[in-house]
Amino acid sequence: MNLLKKAKGFWGTIVLVVIFSVVTQLLINGGTLNSFYVNTLFSIGINIILAASLHLIIGVTGQFSIGHAGFLAVGAYASAIITMKLGLPFPVAILAGGAAAAIAGLIIGIPTLRLRGDYLAIATLGFGEIVKIVFLNIDYIGGASGMTVTHLTTWPWLIACVVITIVVIVNFTNSTHGRACISIRENEIAADAMGINTTFYKVMAFIIGAFFAGVAGALHAHNFYIIQPPNFGFLKSFDILILVVIGGLGSMSGAVIAAIALTIISTFLSSYPEVRMVIYSLVLIVMMLFRPQGLMGSKEITSFLKLGKAAKGGVHNDGKNTVA
Amino acid sequence: MEQFIQQLVNGISIGSIYALIALGYTMVYGIVKLINFAHGDVFMVGAFIGFYSITIFHLGFFPALLISMAACAIFGVLIERIAYKPLRNATRIAALITAIGVSLFIEYGTIYVRGAQLESYPDDIVPLKNFDIFGVTISGKSILILAVSICLMIVLQFIVHKTKIGKAMRAVSHDMDAARLMGINVNNTISATFAIGSALAGAAGVVFGMYYTKIEPLMGIIPGLKAFVAAVFGGIGIIPGAMTGGLILGVIEALVSAVGGSLWRDAVAFVVLILILIFRPAGLLGKNVREKV
Repeated sequence: MNLLKKAKGFWGTIVLVVIFSVVTQLLINGGTLNSFYVNTLFSIGINIILAASLHLIIGVTGQFSIGHAGFLAVGAYASAIITMKLGLPFPVAILAGGAAAAIAGLIIGIPTLRLRGDYLAIATLGFGEIVKIVFLNIDYIGGASGMTVTHLTTWPWLIACVVITIVVIVNFTNSTHGRACISIRENEIAADAMGINTTFYKVMAFIIGAFFAGVAGALHAHNFYIIQPPNFGFLKSFDILILVVIGGLGSMSGAVIAAIALTIISTFLSSYPEVRMVIYSLVLIVMMLFRPQGLMGSKEITSFLKLGKAAKGGVHNDGKNTVA
Repeated sequence: MEQFIQQLVNGISIGSIYALIALGYTMVYGIVKLINFAHGDVFMVGAFIGFYSITIFHLGFFPALLISMAACAIFGVLIERIAYKPLRNATRIAALITAIGVSLFIEYGTIYVRGAQLESYPDDIVPLKNFDIFGVTISGKSILILAVSICLMIVLQFIVHKTKIGKAMRAVSHDMDAARLMGINVNNTISATFAIGSALAGAAGVVFGMYYTKIEPLMGIIPGLKAFVAAVFGGIGIIPGAMTGGLILGVIEALVSAVGGSLWRDAVAFVVLILILIFRPAGLLGKNVREKV
């Protein structure tokens, strides 16, 4: 019975999303939404994928990674090579971008995930910088001047990727493996003592997160016409990090809401980039001082809709002692 | 061979700048277990204070150095009191995110106030001759940088090992609660640590500006990160470790540029970091500590 109800809720949401995307597509075709709104919509979609993928690494597994733009860059360049240099179709490029980023996640994850807390943060930061410098020095993909990419990201591809990302990550979080990841976030030593292979699950979360960041990279590359290594530096990682932190460490819906809200805000502030960064950094500091668990804590939006029923995924202590 | 020695000297002088910044990282980490991301930006502020006191107030190199150190000390204490002190009992990740926030705030606040344009240090602050030793030309600037850094490090060693505040700092970093029970004012000690570390970063900023001549609001990011690498390399929390780490990192970088990989210079520091974290996480001079539940 309960299962049936859950399935109904799931398909209901999917139907709503399909209706929403069809209506949006009609509005785009009809020209009601001008290019400014379409661009914002595309940025929102890409940011949702990025926020969701980083949420899996930081929010669910508790591994503080600040080199996420590195995976974005790997995905963007891998997909651009597939379409521009090899001439293969766009879906292949999306998958290849994801796969390349996942392999990068595996390579960087196995050594660095033995580190904890601060050291992991610095090591991932270093990884992000190394990726940037490597791309700067390869002439095949344009070096510092970057690579021009044709515009292939369309609304159906984008919305499909967003939905698949969210469904996969939510289901992963609620599965046995996801619970193992949550237990690592809560207390790594205790999880180890309970027989959970912590390294395996940390690397797994890292790879899945990296895969979706790579997918976002593919969409990003084919949306903005040009990709350049300096765009994937520490600041980009920080942009993704702030989505997860403000949404609430451990809350998927929080990350999605933050991605939507902050993308809209930064579009309006895009003519004043310094002001935007000053505001972002102040928000970050004030947030950590007064509400360190983020806007949503580790609650999901469904827990507000169904009062009294506990939400899936995440602990129920308001994130007071979540991340290590 | 001549080329090699010249690069070695360059490496030692840039390495001693890294060492000066790394000392601040390592002292703060030793006491509050926080990676002070804003430290690289204190370095940048120090460079600008030095620049303005030389160009606007027409001071010499040494007065500018001292003013910059004093101003950065105050700045560091302000950062600690406003942003980090309320978070002393919060999670490490919350403190780390705050530190990133403070760092970006200083960078973009500076850009907002004065714009992002470059400034160049005047070339003739200190009349320096180049030295010829056994056919190798060594620039006077390198010697000056090395001399300033070594003096500051000696002063630091004196403060840490011979004075009362140094004793308090060592006690707090060893065990904060026990130190508090022994009647040490922990808050003042932490502030003093931030003041000393930031003063060193300020000095490094002025010296950096004099050596490279170009300064800009985002100049603190990369030297800051590299200095952190140096601190981890030597063993974070250990003062002599930061000095050796900084010097070795500087020399490695100079040698990599010498063999033709100047574009890869920035990547080398991070590769070193990842290698050291994997093979010797406690650093060169650190001891392995078993984690207890």
